[in-house]
Parts: sequence; C-alpha cells; structure tokens
Amino acid sequence: MNETVAGRVLRRSWVREKLLLGLSPGEYARRLATPFNVVAGLILLVGLPAIVYRFAFGLGAATNLSQTNPWGLWIGVDVLSGVALAAGGYTLASAVYLFGLKQYYPVLRAAVLTGFLGYFFVVVGLLVDLGQPWRIPYPVIYAYGVTSVMFLVAWHVFLYLSVQFLEFCPAILEWLGWKTVRQWATRLTIGATVFGVILSTLHQSALGALFLLAPTKLHPLWYSPFIPIYFFVSSVIAGLAMVIVESALSHRIFTEQIEPGRHADLDRITLGLGKAASVVLFTYFFLKLIGVADGGHWGLLRTPLGHWFLVELGVFVLLPCFLFAHGVRERRVTLVRATAALTVIGIVLNRVNVSLIAFNWNVPDRYVPGFMEVAITITIVTLGLLTFRWIVNRMPVLREHAEYRGAH
Amino acid sequence: MKLSRRAFLTSAGVAGAAATGLVSLPRAARARPVADGMLAMLVDTTRCVGCRACEAACSEANRLPSPAKLGEESVFETTRTTDARSYTVVNRRRQPSNGRAATFAKTQCMHCVDPACVSACLVNALDKLPEGPVVYRADRCIGCRYCMVACPFEIPKFEYDRPLPLIRKCTFCTHRLREGKLPACAEVCPSGALQFGKRRELLEVAKTRIYQNPNRYVHHVYGEHEVGGTSWLYLTDVPFEQLGFRMDLGTTAYPELTWTFLSAVPFVLTLWPPFLMGLYAFTRSRERAAGEPEQETRHE
Repeated sequence: MNETVAGRVLRRSWVREKLLLGLSPGEYARRLATPFNVVAGLILLVGLPAIVYRFAFGLGAATNLSQTNPWGLWIGVDVLSGVALAAGGYTLASAVYLFGLKQYYPVLRAAVLTGFLGYFFVVVGLLVDLGQPWRIPYPVIYAYGVTSVMFLVAWHVFLYLSVQFLEFCPAILEWLGWKTVRQWATRLTIGATVFGVILSTLHQSALGALFLLAPTKLHPLWYSPFIPIYFFVSSVIAGLAMVIVESALSHRIFTEQIEPGRHADLDRITLGLGKAASVVLFTYFFLKLIGVADGGHWGLLRTPLGHWFLVELGVFVLLPCFLFAHGVRERRVTLVRATAALTVIGIVLNRVNVSLIAFNWNVPDRYVPGFMEVAITITIVTLGLLTFRWIVNRMPVLREHAEYRGAH
Repeated sequence: MKLSRRAFLTSAGVAGAAATGLVSLPRAARARPVADGMLAMLVDTTRCVGCRACEAACSEANRLPSPAKLGEESVFETTRTTDARSYTVVNRRRQPSNGRAATFAKTQCMHCVDPACVSACLVNALDKLPEGPVVYRADRCIGCRYCMVACPFEIPKFEYDRPLPLIRKCTFCTHRLREGKLPACAEVCPSGALQFGKRRELLEVAKTRIYQNPNRYVHHVYGEHEVGGTSWLYLTDVPFEQLGFRMDLGTTAYPELTWTFLSAVPFVLTLWPPFLMGLYAFTRSRERAAGEPEQETRHE
C-alpha cells in the first residue's frame, strides 16, 4: 500500500515537473491568463467549429472552391507555403552538420522543431482539404501511383516527418531524462541529416513540379520547365529567413530561457544567415530571369500580370537581396530581421501566385478565399504556435539541458 | 561516425539497387499505350441535331438525376459544363460560319490515349484501361483533386456539396461495354452523330468524310494528335474554336511534362548521398587539421 502512495506522489510530481512547469495546477492555470492566450483562444473558438462545419456540410459549404478552382487557400498557404517555410530544418542541419558551421548550433534545435511542426501542421491542413482524409496513408501503404509527382510528395512528407522527429528526439529524450536512448538517437544525426537533405531537395522541388501538368492554366511567366528548381532554391531562402524571424521572436518571447550573453551570439548568427540569404536571393533572381528568357516571355512583362510578376521579383526578391547585403555590411541586425520578414512574405506570395493568382488567370471564374477558409488557416497557424510554445517551455530547445552542456 | 568497409559497401550497394529499382517502377508504369486498337468514339458535329438524348441516356446508364430542362430550347441559352451529376452536356453555338442556324457539340471526358489525370493520380484511382476507357476507382481516391488541376479539358468534377466528396466523370459506360453493349450515348443517338468503334478505324472514317466532302469539313480531326491523342474524336464544319475547343493544348502527351522531373529523381537519390557524405568528410578533416575535437567526442 505504501508503494502505491509513493507511486502516486511520484506520478504527481512527474506531471508537475514535466507538464506543469513545476507549478501547482492552480498556479499554472493562473499563468495561462495572458493577452496572447486570450487572442489564441478566441481564434480557436471560431476556427475549431469551422473545421467541424467543413466536415459536416462539405467543402462546397465551407469554401469558395469550384470545379475550375479545385485548389484554394489551404493548398496555396497551408501546404505549399507551409512546406517552404519549414525548410529551416534541413537548411540549418546541413549548415551545422555537413558544412561544419558550428556557430549556428544555438538556433538549430528551434529550426528543426519549426520544421517538424511545420510539416506536421501541413498534414493537418491537408486533412481538412482532402475529400477522403482518412485515406491519407493510402499512397504509402495501399495504392502506388508511381508516375505521379504527388506520390513522391506524399512519400517524402511522410519520410521527412519521421526524419525530423528523429532529429528532434535528443531534445525530447533529454526532457524525459532517458540518457541511453538519447545517446543512441544522437548517433543517427548525420545519417538523418543527409537523408533529410535528399528528401527535402526532392519534395521541395516536387511541389513545383506538380504544376508542370498545368501548362495551359498557369500563366506563362510562372509556368516554366525550371519550376522545380525555383521551388527548391526559394525553399532555401524561406528556410534561412524563417530561422532569422523565428529566433528573433523566440529570444524576445522566451527571455527566461536565454542565458545572458546569448543575445550577442544571436546577432552574429542573424548577420551570417542574412548574408547567406542575400546570396541565394541573388542567385534566385537570375534563375527567374533565365526562365523568362528561356520562354521568350519578355513581352508579357508589359501586361498587368507581368507587372505583378515584376512586383514579386523586384519587391520580394531583389529588394530583400540588397537590404540583406546592406544590413549585414552595416551590421544592422534589426534591418536584417525586418528584411527576413519581408522575404517570408515574398515566399508565401510566390506560392500563392503559382497556385491561385497566376493559376487559371485566363478564366472568368476567379477564386477568392471564403471566411471559413481564412479562419481555418489562421487556426492551424495558431495551433502550430501554441504547440511550439508548449514544447519550448518544457524541452531544451532554446536553452541547453544542464546535464548535456556542450554535448552536440 | 566510423564506417567499416563492409558496412560502407553494403549500404552503397543497397542504395544503388534501390535507386535502380526506383527507376524501373515508374518506367514500367510509363509504357506508352498503343492507341490503334483502343475503343473510341467519333463525334460528327455536322450531324448533331441537339436533341440531348445522349444526356438523358447517360444519366440513366450512370444512375444520375435526369438532365434539367429536357426538351426545352432555353437550356441552350447558357454554355454549360459537365458536373458531378451530369457526365455529358450538349452546347449550341448560334450563327456559326457554316450557314446553318446552329451547331451543337457534345462534351464529356475525352478518354485521352495517355491521360494527364492518370499520371497525376497518386493512388491509381484513375486508370487507363488497355481497351481505351479512363476509369475511376472511387474506393481508393483520397480526394486531393490533382486530377482536376492536371486535366486540360477540365473533366474530373468534384462533389463539393457532399461532406466526404469523390470525383465524378464520364465512364465510357465501361459497365455496359463489359456486357457487350454500346455506350449509352452512342446507342441512343438518332442522327448518327456518334459512332463507336476502334480508334484506328474511326480515324479512317473521319478522314474519308473529310476527303469526300473537302468543302464541308474542317480538315482536322480533333483528338487525333491533341495532347498525344484522345479516344474521342471530333469532326466539324465550323472552326473548332467556335465550338469551344481549345486549340492551344499542343500534341505532347501530358505525362511527358512531368517525366523529365521524375527521371531526375533516381539521380538525386544516387548522387546526393556520396556528395553530402564527402562534404561531411571534408569538413571533419578540416576541423581535425584545425585541432578541433572530433564529432564522436561531441556525441559524448
């Protein structure tokens, strides 16, 4: 009997230490009453019933999708942009482990976590969008459409989710205190990184290759045989920019997790990432020009959608390229961070252009997302942020676990 | 990360074999179909009288609600498209250049020889039968709608009004063909506008009509070469554009458009690992030269 009492005490303290941040349930509940949580709560209050509504009444009732516009906001933003913005995981993992740029280690775990959660919530978004969501594992376990680019995407998202989980495992195992398993998981890091880079190269570009089947529907300035390359290169940009934005926000929000002195480190890291982003943006800009030249589409630049193409290229590719370069040269960290935010918007804009704005550009029935589509997209992003915070508050992501200091 | 020679050779061998296997899978699935013997349909729009009997027969054969405004002239006032509950529609073009009061054209799945939708489907829910029809297996569709994005004729339609929707489109009456019957539309057509047969033979019929009436027909069989060929072929005496046909689809079979990308996949799978591991080895040897501790010790 004594044993069960001891067991219960032990269990209670485990819940308290691991889940309630060492607070009593009452204290913990009181600490939840913050403005951010109120806003997040309100969003979920609208968004979660909207998801229920979609499954009860169908996509027609919940969205503005149509027979001519089968893909909408959820595919353009939640899936295409989501996967691009989750590229920080493989970008940073290759920088640290393959290029040996150890100075970026402090932001690696958060980047891997952002990547993992990014993909996880891409799948959540997909579940809302699919007609038969419970069949989502079919391409992996049951029916193999090997000539489909989408088949490749499905397999890679599945494999890459597993790889990223593995890459993040050390943090979870440190949190749980399982030392032996952690050591075993850490040994797999290089293999997981290499595998992750291969998978990312292929599925980031595959998301672009999906649109190769729509030559008459996608505007010629965006349709290019090089679109897989554009999606891959811009995912590197998205990854770098997202790590800058995410680390800046994390350092501001989770101040108690950051040791003194780390802020100066982050400034150096930010400048380094900004420099890399500048170079890749410059490359990407010329790759896009090659596409225009290859298609012989210079004349189209004078049309309204051509102007829009120039806005995407000028304001969201070339401008951030120069702002990054300037900010790094003058060591203006805030400018680099603002530029990263601009770049992130630019990547989302590119994915939205390819999937929604330049898609079906010559069809009178234009798609504009409905209220519930926007609400559900915001809900999924909010769920992602809440999960990120829940994990960062508990596991050694931004801070180093006391027992594993310097061990990476 | 120390790797014995045996372990290295094993993993390299396995990776190489896997990549080779990965090439042959889609390659086998990409065998070019033989179009000549496929079942096909010839639509001679010069013979169509716009009675819409094909629409009614189609709905009956496929257990769909019967078409709206049957027998009413007013249905032709708007241009209609097929949808999840009507697999074929007849549209009218007024004042065509042929001098008649109106020209009619039936729309349905073109049953491409090498279809975009089939190459797009990640679960083989859409499949091209060797006999010709492009069929849909609803029990495995996940509802991703990539087929709708891919189809140049905008034929696959989605049941947006249902909570758990599926794709719907013309079945070429595969169930009737299995019973030795004609597709419902062809059986019921009273004016001889629809002719069912082998694709090669129908092409000969179509061209014979053009040669025998050179001043009447447009000298083009729509579907002979469009998007690599379709199983539904069209003849007309007004420019195809006037009947709403897209003339900008090209003659490349759509699966070819993604084939280049898919062919590159095994190369990435084969080239990236040695390249990245080489990079890693280079980085480590540079670190070692600089006197830094090795990766192993960092793993504890």
